[in-house]
This record gives sequence, structure tokens and C-alpha cells, in this order.
Amino acid sequence: MIDEGRALFLQIAESVENAIVEGTLAEEAQAPSTNELAAFHRINPATAAKGIAMLVDKGVLYKRRGIGMFVAPGARQVLLGERRAAFADRYVDPLLAEARKLGLAADDLADLVRDRASAWEAASVNEGMTR
Amino acid sequence: MTTSPDLVVQVDHLTKRYRETLAVDDVSFSIEKDKIYGLLGRNGAGKTTVMSILTAQNFATSGDVRVFGEQPYENARVLGRMCFVRESQKYPDDATPTHAFAMARLFFPRWDQKLADRLIEDFQLPPKKRIKKLSRGQLSAVGVIIGLASRAEITFFDEPYLGLDAVARQIFYDRLLEDYTLHPRTVILSSHLIDEVANLIEKVIVIDRGRIIMDDDTDAVRDRAASIVGDTAIVEAFVAGREVIHRESLGRVSSVTVLGALSPEDRRRLAAAGLEVGPVSLQQLIVRTTQHSPSDTAITTEGAVR
Repeated sequence: MIDEGRALFLQIAESVENAIVEGTLAEEAQAPSTNELAAFHRINPATAAKGIAMLVDKGVLYKRRGIGMFVAPGARQVLLGERRAAFADRYVDPLLAEARKLGLAADDLADLVRDRASAWEAASVNEGMTR
Repeated sequence: MTTSPDLVVQVDHLTKRYRETLAVDDVSFSIEKDKIYGLLGRNGAGKTTVMSILTAQNFATSGDVRVFGEQPYENARVLGRMCFVRESQKYPDDATPTHAFAMARLFFPRWDQKLADRLIEDFQLPPKKRIKKLSRGQLSAVGVIIGLASRAEITFFDEPYLGLDAVARQIFYDRLLEDYTLHPRTVILSSHLIDEVANLIEKVIVIDRGRIIMDDDTDAVRDRAASIVGDTAIVEAFVAGREVIHRESLGRVSSVTVLGALSPEDRRRLAAAGLEVGPVSLQQLIVRTTQHSPSDTAITTEGAVR
């Protein structure tokens, strides 16, 4: 889960952001404490504190005196915007690079994406019916 | 030398010579209060020598060493606040772990017997068995338990895991982090299992052939190097003028490790050129910067000197 070559505190911050984006950590909910993060990821508590401090600076978390850290209202929207802006760089560019290596044109890629998307939709409809 | 309450150890131009061998070569560094340090390096690099001088178990040839702002030699005020867990700790012949813990309890004012009892369970240590008859791993467990339960203000663990299997080592790392979180203190962990301790240490000091070659925040060190992989000619064009610490090639593909963080502009150039950028772990970085052929190792190992 931890990627050895990247600053650990950034990865810790990202793991909290992921939980907010996915909705498992709701706005106004209490965020995991520095010590909980350190114990869970088996890392130095100072590193976890640095990750949390970064999220506070960014306005994703805020501190309630004597209680702990909470997810700021609107944090999810901000993070979604950020992730969407980075989406092309992080996911589309590597996809295009691999496709070029394999001789797939952009149109082939677009067809593939549509095919897969409808397969996914069908699967989630089925899942919904069996539930 | 200026003393600051946040620096619990200050080492200034420390040199240690054993006859013709220079074990520690004009080393200066300091240790901040309540942080976990990794003192890393190859066997015989000088780690144990530095720690034994700091704990007054060995003399410096020259240079100045201060612990809590004072000289440690025959200084009870300083020594009772430090715990040094040696890789080759000697115990009296007929002593049992229970005896060793009773001694430690007398010596260390912040000793926590409950923690010691819990660790004895964790490591499944037979407390009544003579230490001489313990396995290497059980012997290491005795040292680890003393190091943790002493709760000394500065604790040195010198390669504390000999003979401990992966499960026991994980118990040690987990208990260390847990107890450090509850009772912050200064810990200096000497290890060559770098990958295992990389996430525990806030600061990293790397010693190589008696000299310090790295002294920094662990996080800052992590993105200090990158490996660039791709067509040899394109890779070489990109790394020209950069500090290369390692080169490998397979056919026309090369992997070159360069020092220095990559700028966003570098990353754009790399992506445009179809080169891949791989991370370099702390372990890889240290291996790359401390690997030399055996012939240029000027320092004999500690064991040979003892």
C-alpha cells in the first residue's frame, strides 16, 4: 500500500483524501487522529502529523479544539475538482502512450472505452436486480 | 559549542582510531529530542563505535561529545537517562531474563514493569531459563524488552533483531511505535534492514567508512533520487550533466539512477521522450551511495577490532 519512493506524508494525506472522495469519510465527520494513522500504516507519528497538517493547510480538515480533526464542509467538492483536473495527466496520458505502443488509434481507444462502459453498466444493473 | 535543550546529543569533530584503523573520521552531527533516528550503514561503517562513545563505553581519540549538554564519561546524571541495547550484550553466567530485568529496573528510573511483562508474553520468552541457554532470537528479545521497558530518554538499539524472525521483528517495530506514541522519547535505531525501518524513522543518518554521508529528514531523502528507464540513447541524453549513482542496461534499454529531485519540466520532458520514471526507495538509495568494491574498504569491521 505504501509506495517506497514517494514522500510518506503525501501518501498519508492522499489516503485520507481518498476516503473523503469515496464518501467513506463524510463532511463534518471526525477524521482519524495522527496516532490512529501512525498505528494503522505502521509509520512514525510525526510523519502522520505532517500529512494531517498538510490537509489542514489545504482546508480539507479543520481542528476542533480539544476534540480532534474534522472534514471541512465542501471538502469533497474541492477534492473532486482537483482529481478531475489531474485525471487526464494521471490516467489518459499513460493510456494513450500504451495504445500508441500497440498501434491502437484514438478512435479504437474510444470504441474500447464505450464497450467497456456498457459492459460495466449491464453488470451493475444485474447486481441491482439480484439484491 | 552552543547547547540547545532540543538537541539531546551533540557530536563535534569526533574521531576514533584503533591503531592503524580509522573507525570514525571527523564526524559531526546532532540528535533532536523525542525523535526516532535511523543510524544506517554497512557492517563496519562505524555505527557501533559512535554509539558506544556516546554511551561512555568507549573513548574518543579526539573531538567532543555532549549528551544532555554534558560529557557522558563517568557522569551518572547522564548515564541513567540513556539505554544502550547492544547486539552482543553480555550477562552474568547464571543470570535469567528475570534477573536481567530486575537489574534494569534498579538502574532505569522510568522502568515500566507492566510493559516488560507484556513484552515477555509477546516474545514468548522463558523468564526463568538461564540466558546462556537461550536461543539467539530469545537473547535479542531480552535486549529489546530492556530497551523498550526502560523508557530511557535516549535509547540506542544496535542491530537489535539478530535471530528474531519476521513476526518477532514486526512485534518489536509495532511495540516501539506504540510506546513511543504514548511516551515520546529519543530513539536511535541502528540497522541494515533499511526497508523494515524506513517508515518508522523520522530522521536518517547514514555512516559510511567512518564518515557521515547523509543526515536529513527521512521524507526529504525519499524523493532525492529517481531511476530513469528507457532506450539507452534517450536515457543518456536526459541524464547528461546530472549526478548518476547507478547504471544498468539490458540490450538497448537502460536504467539510470540520478540524484536530485525532478522538476515538473523534467517530468514533462521524460513523458514526451517516452521514458519511465521509477521511485528509488531509501534502501536502494543507501545501497547505491554506499556500495564500493571490497578492496576500497579501508575500515576493518568492528568485530575484528573487539
